[in-house]
Amino acid sequence: MNWDWENARDSIPLLLEGLLVTVELTVLGSALAYVLGLVFALIRRARIPVLSQAVFLFVELVRSTPLLIQVFIVFYLLWPALDIKPSAFLTGVVALGVHYATYTSEVYRAGIEAVPKGQWEAATALSLPRTRVWTGVILPQAVPRVLPALGNYMISMFKETPLLLAIGVLDVLNRAKEQGAETFRVIEPYTLAGLLFLLVSYPASILVRRLERRVGHL
Amino acid sequence: MSDTSNMIHFDGVVKKFGDHVVLRELDFTVAPGEFVTLIGPSGSGKTTILRLLMTLERVNEGRIYIDGECLTHTSKGDKYVPANEKHMREMRKRVGMVFQQFNLFPNMNVLKNITEAPIRALGMSRGEAEARAVDLLEMVGLSEKAKAHPSQLSGGQQQRVAIARALAMRPEVLLLDEVTSALDPELVAGVLRVLKEIATTTDITFLCVTHEMQFARDVSDRVMMFDQGQVIEDAAPEKLFTEPEHPRTREFLHAVLDRA
Repeated sequence: MNWDWENARDSIPLLLEGLLVTVELTVLGSALAYVLGLVFALIRRARIPVLSQAVFLFVELVRSTPLLIQVFIVFYLLWPALDIKPSAFLTGVVALGVHYATYTSEVYRAGIEAVPKGQWEAATALSLPRTRVWTGVILPQAVPRVLPALGNYMISMFKETPLLLAIGVLDVLNRAKEQGAETFRVIEPYTLAGLLFLLVSYPASILVRRLERRVGHL
Repeated sequence: MSDTSNMIHFDGVVKKFGDHVVLRELDFTVAPGEFVTLIGPSGSGKTTILRLLMTLERVNEGRIYIDGECLTHTSKGDKYVPANEKHMREMRKRVGMVFQQFNLFPNMNVLKNITEAPIRALGMSRGEAEARAVDLLEMVGLSEKAKAHPSQLSGGQQQRVAIARALAMRPEVLLLDEVTSALDPELVAGVLRVLKEIATTTDITFLCVTHEMQFARDVSDRVMMFDQGQVIEDAAPEKLFTEPEHPRTREFLHAVLDRA
């Protein structure tokens, strides 16, 4: 099969449109994963009867089932049950965000545990209020350490967005498929889509690696 | 109830870690303004005594009183029950502690390390807390380091900041937990000089665990030799260091002073 430059050029506007959707999904999904993951980690650590166990069970459940099934559950079961009709895009944000929150919660947990015991003891000895111990002492030390790990999850989420094809989100790959269906030439759009993924995720992973070196001595 | 003429009163305190008994029915008192030093072999439970006073550990049996008020228990009807977090939070404000590993907050500069607790725990205004921090930094000889971060300071400087931080809470009792053990030898003297100054110019009650025998002898009103979960000798420093009565004290002093 030959490479058709014209088809390649024609697919670029659509692919870039798709890329924008992919990036938006990733940014919003990660934001949700970062916030929700911290909430999960704090609830589990607080050992609140029932609630902490419920979060633990939920995290285990989500981590042991495929993301695609979770996407279907949210789209076909959760929304109808709540009697609302969010867009496929929003469904994607929620499914990705919640799925990755179960991973980021473990990351936060490790970061919190890495703060030396002496910090807790000094905070106790100084009678700092509980919330201030978290916001002023523990989290400012735990979070910088885990930024690289959080960054890696963002990259991996970015690469998983094509999964949302299943509910019709028009990301890069789905745009490539659309273009292929129209011209009956799939090589160019799919190759370019792959290149676009590479073009974003490779520099991103270099950035994360540099971040790792910077926080390595924290 | 405890006699209110005592600042610290341990009444039959038992502390176990699993099967290991660290304190066995320990009784002792410390008078207001007194400087008492605990000496004894490593692992004999000296640090545990300080940690119990700071509520970093809980007693298994017995009671601890601070200025006549029970730290470990509260009365509920006609019964005594283990104190809840709220009670301990109130009691804790009267006690300060300086740790072996300094435990400064690395994400805050020196000034913020000192002002954080007075502002957040005592509700002091920022201006008042900062003015006080400046005074305290001058007292520990680190006026020019207010904006520095802990990682930029030597161990001795960090420990002097930690002392200023503890004093900023205006504690009635200050606990010193091997505060020079983690320091390079040349930095020890500066820290001890600061402590001696505080001990002689304030009416704070001190309970100190140290291996610096000369310092213990210089500043203490009383020295307690501690071994196997019990106080085995309790005397004025001149007496304890020159004519110890208990054979274990003699053995211990012989060992540590020989080394020095």
